[in-house]
Amino acid sequence: MDNAIACRELYKRYEDGKKAVDALNGLNLTVRIGECFGLLGPNGAGKTTTVEILEGLIPPSSGEVEVLGVRWGTGQDQELRQRIGITLQETRFQEKLKVWEILQLFRSFYTRGLTVEQAIATVALEEKANSWVRDLSGGQRQRLAVATALVGEPDLLFLDEPTTGLDPQARRRLWDVIRDLRERGRTVLITTHYMDEAEKLCDRVAIVDHGKVIAEGSPNQLISQLGGEHVIEFSLEKTDGHAVQLSEFRELPPVIHAVQEAEGFLLTVAQPHIAIPAVLEFLDGRQARLNSLTTRHVNLEDVFVSLTGRYLRDE
Amino acid sequence: MNSLTPMLQLVVCNLKGFLREPEAVFWTYGFPLLMVVGLGIAFSSSSASSVQFDVVQGPAAEKVVAAVANNPGFKAKVNPQDVAMARLRTTRTLVVVAPSEDGGYQYYFDPSNPESMAAQSAVDDVLQRSAGRKDAFTSKQVRVEAPGSRYVDFLVPGLIGMNIMGGGMWGVGFVLVDMRIKKLLKRLLATPLRRPHFLLTVVGTRLVFFIPEAFFLLLSAYLIFKVPIRGSIFAIAAVAFVGSLSFSGLGLLSASRAQRIETISGIMNVAMLPMWLCSGIFFSSERFPDFMQPVIQALPLTQLNNALRAVILEGSSLFSQALPIGILLAWAVVCFALALKWFRWG
Repeated sequence: MDNAIACRELYKRYEDGKKAVDALNGLNLTVRIGECFGLLGPNGAGKTTTVEILEGLIPPSSGEVEVLGVRWGTGQDQELRQRIGITLQETRFQEKLKVWEILQLFRSFYTRGLTVEQAIATVALEEKANSWVRDLSGGQRQRLAVATALVGEPDLLFLDEPTTGLDPQARRRLWDVIRDLRERGRTVLITTHYMDEAEKLCDRVAIVDHGKVIAEGSPNQLISQLGGEHVIEFSLEKTDGHAVQLSEFRELPPVIHAVQEAEGFLLTVAQPHIAIPAVLEFLDGRQARLNSLTTRHVNLEDVFVSLTGRYLRDE
Repeated sequence: MNSLTPMLQLVVCNLKGFLREPEAVFWTYGFPLLMVVGLGIAFSSSSASSVQFDVVQGPAAEKVVAAVANNPGFKAKVNPQDVAMARLRTTRTLVVVAPSEDGGYQYYFDPSNPESMAAQSAVDDVLQRSAGRKDAFTSKQVRVEAPGSRYVDFLVPGLIGMNIMGGGMWGVGFVLVDMRIKKLLKRLLATPLRRPHFLLTVVGTRLVFFIPEAFFLLLSAYLIFKVPIRGSIFAIAAVAFVGSLSFSGLGLLSASRAQRIETISGIMNVAMLPMWLCSGIFFSSERFPDFMQPVIQALPLTQLNNALRAVILEGSSLFSQALPIGILLAWAVVCFALALKWFRWG
């Protein structure tokens, strides 16, 4: 068995009175043992529904799920739960319990695992071990949640949006924790709507939109699928905005992909030193004046935009 | 590792969480005690007070006042007719005596108020005698104020029962809904902890609480009002335990679906209201008409209060309370089974 997670044709429909929402529309996913896998997508794409099905917390409407070689509901749920650790998108532990008390409680659920001290050290909460949950910052609470997932030394770890709502510094500290786990060979499934997070942490990512995986691969593979590694972003003076059409950029030879956004245009190119003069020359010919121009490397957000025409953060 | 360790850990965490909330500790221990003390004082002092009545101002009023002047059991106040009648309507006086022209008296009183009825008859009696009526025979009054038969004695087991009901339902229901809102239930569901074990620990925590709670109340009542404890401590504890189990089950059932604090509060109040009214906390449940009795007797609090009064005040054996205990256990089992079936974790 090489796969930690395999699911095929997952469908999930939520019925609420007369309204029915299809959260998943035939989602396929394979996570290999030992990799850090990212589910990347906008809010409402079906990421949380997917992980909660994988965690055995909710049943799918249809489809097959195998986690660590076991199907949920075949009499081995308890054994399987011994082997997985999870954090939910949001868990508020009792405000007036101490960090070590909560970890001792969670440790007692598992037959094997870390000591409470080890778990606290793993998420760098030593200074707060004796503090009430009430007195923890958002980032510290999230690290505590990760510690409760780790304390049973799981073979497979699910982290649902672990850094949402955290400040940059707290995010980076949590990234350190996750990177550390990855280096120790843990299988981690992480969901996020931050493309930089997926790029920095994950061996492979699946981009999810409208309940389906629309692209899958390593961040580099996905980026190289765009054909170019650079993006030119520019905007025109307001009065000149109508002088050019998006499709005209697509016809320029050095441009691989072009997208129009509210502020201006996004062009994916392989060689900026060739593309930029070409673009400038074209604009000059139309007497369209530049308002701004920047270049940067392609990221997963661009991949998402090129696949859907929308932004991750728009949702 | 056996399944006892996590359950014990959960109970310990619940207890710690509770003891760190000063408000919760007050409402559990302080408030019921204040209620016993307050009601006990209000109702135990009334037996010693005298009969209060008003006399309508006029030439004959003096005679009435003189007639009771040497009798400490009566207190007369002379007032103009409209003032006296207003006092009667607002129960500040029990009877209004209006002397009539022919030397007789007219009594105004409220027949729906037993105290007013009794006062009317007592005032009539004393005035008749002072006017010269001779008793047909000598009667002797024997006062029974032995501990055990006073109102405060009736009240204390009822308040303990009420407290077990409130504590069981709020203590379990509120805690569960709070955990559901915080997504803690879902988080626990994702651990190897077994579901029925978790629900048992919530009920178990409640059972740990009620012992000091009930005995604290009982001991206070014993020390302050000399409320007798005639049954064995074991029998009292057993009855209270079964009652607590039953109401924890009801709390569990109430909380099995609720997603919001407002919802659970509503459900609990609807469930508890009939028992507050009919189950004999402040007055005997037998005062309700016969056709209501089958329903009232089926309510868990009625059975708990009956059994508590029997073991505390009458010293009944546990065995003699098999029926109420059986009814309470039936409630516990049915509620727990239904709650397990319907329980919503997410």
